[in-house]
Amino acid sequence: MTLLEAEGLRTIYGDGCSACLDSTGPADGTNQCPHCGSVVACAEADLSVAEGEVLGIVGESGSGKSSLAELLALEPDPDGATGGTVSYGDRPGNLLDVDYETRHDLRTGEIAFVHQHIRDGLTLDFTGGGNVAEKLLSAGWRSYEDVRERVTALFDETEIPLDRMDDPTNTYSGGMQRRVQIARALATDPDLVVLDEPTTGLDVSVQARVLDTFRRIQREEGVAAIVVSHDLGVVRLLADRTLVMRHGRIVESGLTDRIMEDPHHEYTQTLINSVL
Amino acid sequence: MTAIAVDGLEKTFDMHVLGDEAVVGLADVSFDVREGEFLAVVGESGSGKSSLLKCLYRTYEPDAGAIHYYGEERIVDLAICDDRTVIAMRDGTIGYASQFLDEIPRVPAVDVVARPLIEAGLDAESAREQARALLSRLQVPTQLWNGYPATFSGGERQRVNLAQALAPRPDVLLLDEPTSALDPETRQAAIDLLDTYLDESTTVIGVFHDTDVVRAVADRVLVLDDGRLERIAPVEALTGEVLG
Repeated sequence: MTLLEAEGLRTIYGDGCSACLDSTGPADGTNQCPHCGSVVACAEADLSVAEGEVLGIVGESGSGKSSLAELLALEPDPDGATGGTVSYGDRPGNLLDVDYETRHDLRTGEIAFVHQHIRDGLTLDFTGGGNVAEKLLSAGWRSYEDVRERVTALFDETEIPLDRMDDPTNTYSGGMQRRVQIARALATDPDLVVLDEPTTGLDVSVQARVLDTFRRIQREEGVAAIVVSHDLGVVRLLADRTLVMRHGRIVESGLTDRIMEDPHHEYTQTLINSVL
Repeated sequence: MTAIAVDGLEKTFDMHVLGDEAVVGLADVSFDVREGEFLAVVGESGSGKSSLLKCLYRTYEPDAGAIHYYGEERIVDLAICDDRTVIAMRDGTIGYASQFLDEIPRVPAVDVVARPLIEAGLDAESAREQARALLSRLQVPTQLWNGYPATFSGGERQRVNLAQALAPRPDVLLLDEPTSALDPETRQAAIDLLDTYLDESTTVIGVFHDTDVVRAVADRVLVLDDGRLERIAPVEALTGEVLG
């Protein structure tokens, strides 16, 4: 069953003009409007995610992946002009238009975001446990014992040493910080987790362990995910379906193995053939 | 009873990197496979054997033709059904083992094999138990079971791969040269496992490099030549001719 459906998503930086959409995209070879100079970070993006499904988004730096992820995680960049519709489950209306309170509820309960930059997702001078607990508190949890118990379970699940729970997060390794982000994202049993470049800054051996942990939890709990990565290997191992982006537009979508082994679009073929 | 009916299957690759050259993979391929049948696909390198399996699994998107799968509840055309139907069918209905293992690094071999069973709802310990039994039958040394497949030899990796594909006992199993890196002894272990582990009703379509494997396991043989079906016949009819 479809969990999330998005149509015509866009983020434009700059004043924008009536020619922006027609003058940008893969055919024009740029995401910057030649008339007004605005940057069309992403536009005309349609996609859907089924319950429990993992959707991958790939493309080179600047192709619009993160802008799209931010919209889908209901954290649009306030500096950009955004548009489009996101419908979610049985909820009526456009998720991008909801009031502050509803958005807060959705973000603490149903749609979680794992930021590319750890600093955007965690308060590093808080303890690791505190970062996870904060998500629970903001979702309305009040009992100290319940919070402590849930945080302990999440540390266990994401394989973070329990004896580090009360240490400041800035004393953690990069891999552990990423796990705290994942634990925090999963804390309130969301239906959808958006991960922006989940392996950035991790060395290769740690990447594999973090991906394996996430995949195990994702499958066990049946949580849907959107995984944004410039690393095709990450998407190949996690995603059921994949979107390929270039110059702010989705140029191809399909089953992940089909995209990797039978790419149709010229750009996708170049991208696949560029893997080291 | 027919399990899969392939009709007029076509696959062409538009190679933009080669100046938009169109490379024909499969041309007008039609055949039926019965439920429980073991069909071996043979042909020279580049004749379209892997392309055929990949079209059946929808790793390749066919350009024309139909691939009707006759399920218990409904008939699905795998050539054109939507991606989510394919994803659902890959969850236990159709399995695929390629020549190479493709897994998240640093996951122990036993967990690689157990994963499809756990995802199908089996508890982790029973799944690992079954995984160990499969690895044992394929003669993967016990001391490797908790090791990482990336550090294994080609033959050991290939057996982990085969064990993973067999574990969930899919209704249809597609095998792309699953024994190419095995020595005679472990190849025989793989043949024995294919013979005895799968249910009677499991339909297998497999590409095999070794004609002795084909003779040992196949009911019928499909011969491909340059992307076209040259002939399809019982294995006995081709022994001595195509199969040496």
